[in-house]
Amino acid sequence: MASRQVLKAADYATDVHNDWCPGCGDFGILRTIQMALAEMQLDPSNVAIVSGIGCSAKTVHYVRTYGIHTIHGRPLPFATGVKLANPNLEIVCVGGDGDGLGIGAGHFVNSGRRNLDMLYMIFDNGVYGLTKGQASPTLRLGVKTKSLPAPNLYEAVNPLWLALASGATWVGRGYSYDIKGLVALVRQGIEHRGYAFLDVLQPCPTYNNLNTKEWYGGDDRKDEQGRAMPRVYALANTGYDPIVRSPEEVDAKITQAVSKAMEWGEKIPLGVFYKNELVPTFEDRIGGRIPQYAENPPAVQRIADSEGRPVTDLSRFFNALAVN
Amino acid sequence: MGLEKVNDLAWIIGGAQGSGVDSSATAFARACAYGGLHVYGKREYYSNIMGEHSYFQVRVCGRPIRSHVDTLNLLATFDAETIFRHVPHVVDDGAIVYDPGLAKVRLGDVPTIEARLEQDLTTYLVARGLGFTVEDLLKSAEDRGVSLVPIPYAQLLTEVADENHIDQLSKISRMVNMFAVAGSFSLLGFDYDFMTKALRDVFRGKAAVAEMNVKGARKAYDHVAGAHPAFPYRLKPIGFNGERRALMTGAQAIGLGKVLGGMRFQTYYPITPASDESEYIEENQVLDLREASDPEMEDAKAVGEAGSVLVMQTEDEIAAVTMAIGAALTGARSATCTSGPGFCLMMEGIGWAGINEVPLVITLYQRAGPSTGMPTRHEQGDLRFALHAGHGDVPRIVLASGDFQEGFYDGTRAFNYAERYQTPVIHLVDKALANSNGTMPIFDPDRARLDRGEIVTNGWQGRDPYKRFALTESGISPRAFVGHPGTMFWNTGDEHDELGHITEDPVLRNLMMEKRFKKLELADREIPESDKVNFFGDRTADVMVVSWGSTKGAILDAMDVLEKERVRLGFLQIRLINPFPVEPVMRTLARAKSIVNVEMNFAAQMAGLIREKTGIEPTHHVLKYNGRPMSSTELVGALRAIAKGTTPKRQVLTHGV
Repeated sequence: MASRQVLKAADYATDVHNDWCPGCGDFGILRTIQMALAEMQLDPSNVAIVSGIGCSAKTVHYVRTYGIHTIHGRPLPFATGVKLANPNLEIVCVGGDGDGLGIGAGHFVNSGRRNLDMLYMIFDNGVYGLTKGQASPTLRLGVKTKSLPAPNLYEAVNPLWLALASGATWVGRGYSYDIKGLVALVRQGIEHRGYAFLDVLQPCPTYNNLNTKEWYGGDDRKDEQGRAMPRVYALANTGYDPIVRSPEEVDAKITQAVSKAMEWGEKIPLGVFYKNELVPTFEDRIGGRIPQYAENPPAVQRIADSEGRPVTDLSRFFNALAVN
Repeated sequence: MGLEKVNDLAWIIGGAQGSGVDSSATAFARACAYGGLHVYGKREYYSNIMGEHSYFQVRVCGRPIRSHVDTLNLLATFDAETIFRHVPHVVDDGAIVYDPGLAKVRLGDVPTIEARLEQDLTTYLVARGLGFTVEDLLKSAEDRGVSLVPIPYAQLLTEVADENHIDQLSKISRMVNMFAVAGSFSLLGFDYDFMTKALRDVFRGKAAVAEMNVKGARKAYDHVAGAHPAFPYRLKPIGFNGERRALMTGAQAIGLGKVLGGMRFQTYYPITPASDESEYIEENQVLDLREASDPEMEDAKAVGEAGSVLVMQTEDEIAAVTMAIGAALTGARSATCTSGPGFCLMMEGIGWAGINEVPLVITLYQRAGPSTGMPTRHEQGDLRFALHAGHGDVPRIVLASGDFQEGFYDGTRAFNYAERYQTPVIHLVDKALANSNGTMPIFDPDRARLDRGEIVTNGWQGRDPYKRFALTESGISPRAFVGHPGTMFWNTGDEHDELGHITEDPVLRNLMMEKRFKKLELADREIPESDKVNFFGDRTADVMVVSWGSTKGAILDAMDVLEKERVRLGFLQIRLINPFPVEPVMRTLARAKSIVNVEMNFAAQMAGLIREKTGIEPTHHVLKYNGRPMSSTELVGALRAIAKGTTPKRQVLTHGV
């Protein structure tokens, strides 16, 4: 509804009981999504949040927009279908690291190739929470969280690298306890023209006892004044420039992003790693085939008259196949 | 010269895949169709790009025909393998068009002939005291009375090359296909003008190629003319009786039905034989709309509205089904299209669409399974699979089309069911239907009506929030679309409350399960019997055939033959598989002495379903699972034997090349 009333973050909340564990990083992420939607004053009727399976996937039930809670690993193709049929919608796709990089890895790659205009956020905590703490694709090799019986046998995938390699045109990383920074990233991701991938680091207080709030915050390493020296830091404060301004810059900017995305452990960069709006979006590409796609996408097309008679005229098809 | 046999012919052209067999068969079929003749074509090919044997049987008749037959009257060849494979099936007064340059090729020289077939042919030739060359096999045919029609392809090609200043013969070698077609028409005494017209259609947009073929193929036509007076088969043009007719494949008919039905989004991952449909639509993505016929439409035209179908090739079938569901949530009529292995990947998506009451259409082109099975061959082995796809009790409607016409109208109907009952619809078709072509009266779009079911349009004015899954008497909750003002709702694969939020409440769980299945009860009550089953023949017959899907054509053609022998038969075709039409099936089968279940699978899946739903057990099974569709010839034999009471309960049909 075209309400003129100013919407606050709370207006994007439902009254559904939230059953995440106390201290879960998901709370922060949920809040930032609601804050970003409020900041942008997006009409809840014009936003769809699409999720996979897992703790993170419950996010949609707590946000007052259209909320599509799908199946494990598949939020991206669901979201893609919604967006392609109605490109006027704002789409935020959310899921866990196991959802997006394990079972759903194929869609992760192919969504990059498409460059459809939407934001995909991974709630990245290194474990499968809802199934009680198994190792996820972002947990490092040899690491043993308290939920694992033995050290992890798999090497971790770097989500930022994979996104860059797949063609994502906006790649960022946030942290669930950096509310201000994360709101800005969510907003930029939504506003980006093209496919935006946002990796959000978050502690799982129940199963991941290594990558905790204290660890990210650097509580184990204090300066002379006894202040924690956080591992996470903002790229923007270092003069890092992620934006591709001409086609010639692509190689250098991707190389720079790949290199920056290698940093981990003592220094963990947050912010926008890469942004390139010179690549045609999938909507643009479809427009090359279907000239009226933007104005008349599948969802808004009239298919029957008031008496139910189909309005599609098959004469052209029939003429080509006719024999008399 | 004996009696002429006019306008009743089975013709085959074969050759290595990639050599243009399809185009030549299309040219043959179109030329016949231009002459007002009825055509039914069956295409067989290997899962291979180049080199393996493919062939096309085209039946041509003065009346409508709906099936293929086991024997052929005229065999058009240009390679040795086609001769080896098909010559034994040529009737005694038939003819073989061939390349005399192949005379000395030995059976053992053809690497693509399977060991089993090589052995059988060896036995065949040895039994006749012959050697193992093309020449020997042709001689065996000639001895039976078959006319041999040599066409010196190489010489004709050289002439064409010289006349057109073409330096390499290989550039035009595919023209031998059209030589074989032209030679066939010459034998059949069919006017070359029809062939000219057909060539111009096949090479549409390539005028120079078309004209070169027109002139070149004429050489073969003239070469054959008058040389084989003993060959009795003739094709003669007849009128159209005012009927406007088209020649198209099943995949085209089904695709067009969906487009007419308002499909605006279709996903697919490449798979044989389903991809043909998606590619056909993708080639024609932008649609014309009818002239305004009501005030509402005039508005539409005024703003320059245009139609289109967005066809999306996806990264896999999981993406295909989930993307189609996503689009359906926005109100677009949306479908995906696949075959067995792809359908396997769609299970979880189908369950999600079921529990979220999403109108999703899945067109399932069955092919021979299990696993990769025989990817390019036919089977009706997915009946049970379609009925049970997905874990848990997933509500779904399943319908099966028997021929081109039904494929078209069911293409539209599937969307009506999907939207009216807000549930996934699986439209079962198959390889035989998809890849066959035929002449048919052009479909009547005015017969179609689109039923979008209960929809919340114009936003939500209610005081209470919109409930996507509101519990109602009928089980149907008025449906809103993602993106419409004020109707925010939630979907989840979890069990949910009326708003769509997760619940594990035992009371609500029961209400929701019951709600979803009430819709199928409603469908069972509302769908007219004429859309659930078809009946043909004699309702009082002792022998009642029951079948589903594309066996329809062969059964009907067999019934025509048997009627002349005074064999009384009835034929119940089951079109709505779920909800199963219990009452019409029971009523029709109850009185029959013999119930003959006919289907293209090993396990007699439909027979099991009939028994499950009605308690009636078919007395006979006519089954086939060698990957080749049933012919009317085979069914004539099988049904005649059953009528005489001389057969075992289970007959397995085995013809196939």
